[in-house]
This record gives sequence, structure tokens and C-alpha cells, in this order.
Amino acid sequence: MEIFMSVLIGFLFMAAVYLMLSKSLLRIIIGTAVLSHGAHLLILTMGGLGGRKPPVVAEGVTVADYADPLPQALILTAIVISFAVTSFFLVLAYRAYQELGTDNVNLMRGTEDYD
Amino acid sequence: MINLPLIPLLIPMLFAVILLFFPKRIILQRAVATGALALTVLASFWLIYEVYTGGILAVTLGSWPAPFGITLVSDLFSALLVSTSSIITLFVVLYSFESIRKEREKFYYYPGVLFLLTGVNGAFTTGDIFNLFVFVEVLLMASYLLIVLGGEKAQLRESIKYILVNVISSALFVSAVAYLYSVTGTLSMADLAVKIPQIEAVGILTVIAVLFLVVFGFKGAIFPLYFWLPGSYHAPPMPVLALFGALLTKVGVYAIIRTYTLFFTMNTGYTHELLSIVALLTIAAGCIGALAYFDVKKIIVYNIIIAVGVILFGAAQLTEAGIDGAIFYLIHDMMIKAALFFLVGIVAILFGTSDLRKMGGLMKTRPALGWFYLIAAFGLAGIPPLSGFPGKLLIVQGGFEDLKLWGSLFVLASSLLVLMSVIRIFLYAFWGDPVETVKIKEPVFRRMFYPAAGMVILTIVLGAGAEWFMPLISGAGEVLLNPSFYIDAVLKE
Repeated sequence: MEIFMSVLIGFLFMAAVYLMLSKSLLRIIIGTAVLSHGAHLLILTMGGLGGRKPPVVAEGVTVADYADPLPQALILTAIVISFAVTSFFLVLAYRAYQELGTDNVNLMRGTEDYD
Repeated sequence: MINLPLIPLLIPMLFAVILLFFPKRIILQRAVATGALALTVLASFWLIYEVYTGGILAVTLGSWPAPFGITLVSDLFSALLVSTSSIITLFVVLYSFESIRKEREKFYYYPGVLFLLTGVNGAFTTGDIFNLFVFVEVLLMASYLLIVLGGEKAQLRESIKYILVNVISSALFVSAVAYLYSVTGTLSMADLAVKIPQIEAVGILTVIAVLFLVVFGFKGAIFPLYFWLPGSYHAPPMPVLALFGALLTKVGVYAIIRTYTLFFTMNTGYTHELLSIVALLTIAAGCIGALAYFDVKKIIVYNIIIAVGVILFGAAQLTEAGIDGAIFYLIHDMMIKAALFFLVGIVAILFGTSDLRKMGGLMKTRPALGWFYLIAAFGLAGIPPLSGFPGKLLIVQGGFEDLKLWGSLFVLASSLLVLMSVIRIFLYAFWGDPVETVKIKEPVFRRMFYPAAGMVILTIVLGAGAEWFMPLISGAGEVLLNPSFYIDAVLKE
């Protein structure tokens, strides 16, 4: 299972890098979203995928049965943060498109007020 | 007062939320923001006093016992940085009154500044590596707002790149935390410091340490990850630039110093050697940039990069002199950068441009501005008795003790280039034939000049009174060099 997840995470990172290297701003933003999904899955996998019981002390449940609660808490925090950043980024991209008249990052290479 | 480490975080956050309710009432916004920051400064001084007399303070949130819950830890190093950043933010707000423009003040400028300070103080205080990520995101969110506020074309263009770089480095941060957790099974910094020496797989820990160096290097602008900084920092208005230049990169530098002294010490022959080489390359790259441009903002922005290199060269040595020097220079650099950005901002407003070649002769009309700029420039280069001197002296001394002779000579040589880059501004803007300046009212000039002069005076006090501050600095360095103090304070139960 861990091997499968590693391949999946690697694929997500690859797709993210591909998207972020393109010139369209929207593709870049989707790339950042995919990148953060890859990072979140990485936390889940690195915490270990075993454990089928909720991490609550109960009769007949040993330490080996517990799912590790910490990676899940970390992912929740990270998802909320990346969600907020992505939505901010989308609004910024739309505003920049209105103001600059382009979504091509090649044309955003301006340095007009210094040499 | 067991919750004292939390107070410098909670005051700015609480008042920022209050400020969100009446964005259009500028006078009230200014008054509340100034009051909140004055309270934060007082609380942080109290924190230093308590930590200095009573030892390291640790708060475990929700009373979960230490390695399981999130801990906030105030040792002298973090308390000193919290105080410095609170003082600088107070001066930035005072300076903003005349230089930020009313449109920005009406659109949540002051709440943004206060949220930024919440994130910065939190990042300096936290004792949990994932919580560090969260606080870094808090300050980044506020910085996204501040960098784009105003919506000028250059700002929109540069903030896209700024956000993209930071999103990528945040994803790497999360990945690095995941690797660290899988190897050690803990995220509390004190617990990491206990567990890491027991792990035999030094190779994989070294990889994780270098990954963290990359992550914090993005934030702290070390070579070769500084590429985003000059462009992004060129766009926002001067008070925001002063805030970013003084505080944001220093969070990355703080995180490198903290992790590389507390727990990533298993393979110092590789990691710390790498850190000192990267630090020297950072200095070289910064010097080239600082001399290459005729734009006053760019010159000071590249000086941020030089200072990051100098601090990390000191921190990489793990000797008493090197670490003390790095701490002193870190505090000095935060203050002097704020002062220089304030002064250069006034110069740019007076001439209506930031291009040096269109300036000249300001010494005749604004002599006080010229003298204060000269003092700040000498302070930056480290001419005794100003504040750059003691830190740089200790860093260079530490380099000699640690057999990094060439590194120390390189730092000394870079000081001359730093001096040259800032004196160029003095020669062009203050000497030479007078150029027509923009007419600004005398009270407006004074309200911008007094905070700037106040910041310069503070750096003079820090430099001339270095003897008074040394007990605090060496107390901070002692904790960094002896992780057992930190571990005992956090895991005491």
C-alpha cells in the first residue's frame, strides 16, 4: 500500500511541476493545488498506513491497532491553509488579468522603473 | 504569569480583529494600531525580564503534556527577537501615517500589519516544528495582503511571483515535516533534540536537515534561493518594504539557527560546512547586486541578502563567539534595515524617483536627513562604535577560532563593499548639484523623519551600549549552544 501511495505522490508532484512550468497563470495555480495535495498525501503515508481502530482507549484494543491521529490532524491544518492560499491566488490572478490584460507569465516579466 | 509567552502574540491578533470592524475611520485605526503595538512592546520587555531572571518559559497549550501537545517556548533568543520585531513594527506604523496613502489605510492596512506581527512573534516563540509552519503561513497570508494592497500594476505582477515561490516552499515545508515525522515519530522541537541523537540512520537525517535548509532558505533568501527577493521587494510601498526587509527574511534565518543548533547536529561536518559555504556565496551574490544597481531600493534590498549570509556564517560555527555574534548581528540587522528603508523612503519621496542618477544636493536643504543617513550607513557597514561592529567582530573572531580563516577574511572584505554600496547613495543623493525636489509640507516631512531618526538612535544605543546588552546576548547564545537547557525547560514534568 505504501509503495502504491509513493507512486501516486510522485505522479502528483510530477503533474504539479509540469503544470507550474507552463505559461498560463490558471495552469500554474492548478499546479500549486496539485502540489499541495501531493504534500498532504505524503504526510498521511509517512505517518504509516496501518491501524484500523480510532485512537481512543477502549477494551481489547492494543497500541498496534490504533491509527496514528497526528498525521490526520496535520493534514487537516495543511488542507485549510492551502485552500485559503489557493482561493486568494485565484482572486489575485483574476485581478491581475483585468489590470495587466494578460494571463501569460512570459509577458509579466516587466521591470519598467529601473534598469 | 505562566501564559506570558502567549501575550505578545495575542495582543496584535486581538487588536487586528477589532480593527477589522471599522476600516474607514482612519484616525481611530491609527490610534488603535499604535496603542496595540505599544502594549506588545511592553509585554515583550516584560517577557525578556522574566526569562532573564527566571529562566526559559514554556507553555503547553491545552495542558497536554509536553511531547504530545504543542509547546510555546520563550528562551532569551526568541524573547529578544520578539521584542525587536515588536519595536520595529511600532516604528513602521508611525512612519506609515504619512507615507502609505489613505486608500491603503482604508483597506485593512493596519490589521494586515498586526496579523503579520502575530505570525512573526508566533514563529519566534513556537517550540513545535509543525506549529512553526502554521505561524509562517499566518505571516505569509498577511504579507500577501500587504504586498498587493494598492493594486498597482507592478504590485500585481510581482505578488504573483512572490506567492508562487512561497506556495512551493510551503509544500516543501510540509513534505520535510512529513519525512522528519516518519523518521523520529515526534514534532516537538525539544523531543526531537532528545530523539535525533539516538537514531543511527545519520544519512537520512542529513538529507532531511538539508531539505529543511532549502525550505528555510527560500524564506530567508540564501544563495541560490534568493532570486525571488529583489523583484518582489521592489514592488510594495516603502513602509511595507521596511517591514518585510526587517522581519520576513529573519524568520527564515531564525528557523535555520534554531533547527541547526537544537537538533540537526548529528552530522555537523557536512551540514554546518554546507551552511557556511552557502552563507559565503550568499554574501558574494548580495555584494554583486548591491553594487550593480542605481536604484536606492534595490541597493538596500541586496544588502538584506548580504546580512543573511553574515548571520548564517556566524551561526554555522557553533562556537560561543560565532553564535553570540550571529544573535547580535541578527538584532542589529533588523533595526538598521528598518532605519535605512525609512530614510531611503524619505529620499525617494523627496525626489519623486528611486533612481540615484536623478538625485543630488540634498545635504544643502535637508542636512539632518543626510547626517542620520550617514550614521545608519556607517552602522550597517560595522564601523565602531555603531551597532554593526560588535556582531561582526564576534562573527569574525568565531571564524578565526573555528579555523575558517578565509571565510572570516571574506566577511571583512564584504564590509567594505557594503560600505561602498550605501555610501554611493550618500554621494549621489546628498552631495553633488542640487536637483529640484518635490515640495512636501514641513509637518509631513517631520512626521516621516522622526520615526526614522528614532530608529537610527535605537541602533546607536544598541551599538554604543553593546556592553549592557551582552549579558542578554550571551544568555541567548548559551541556550543555543547547550540544547539540554531547552530540553529540560520543555520536558520538565
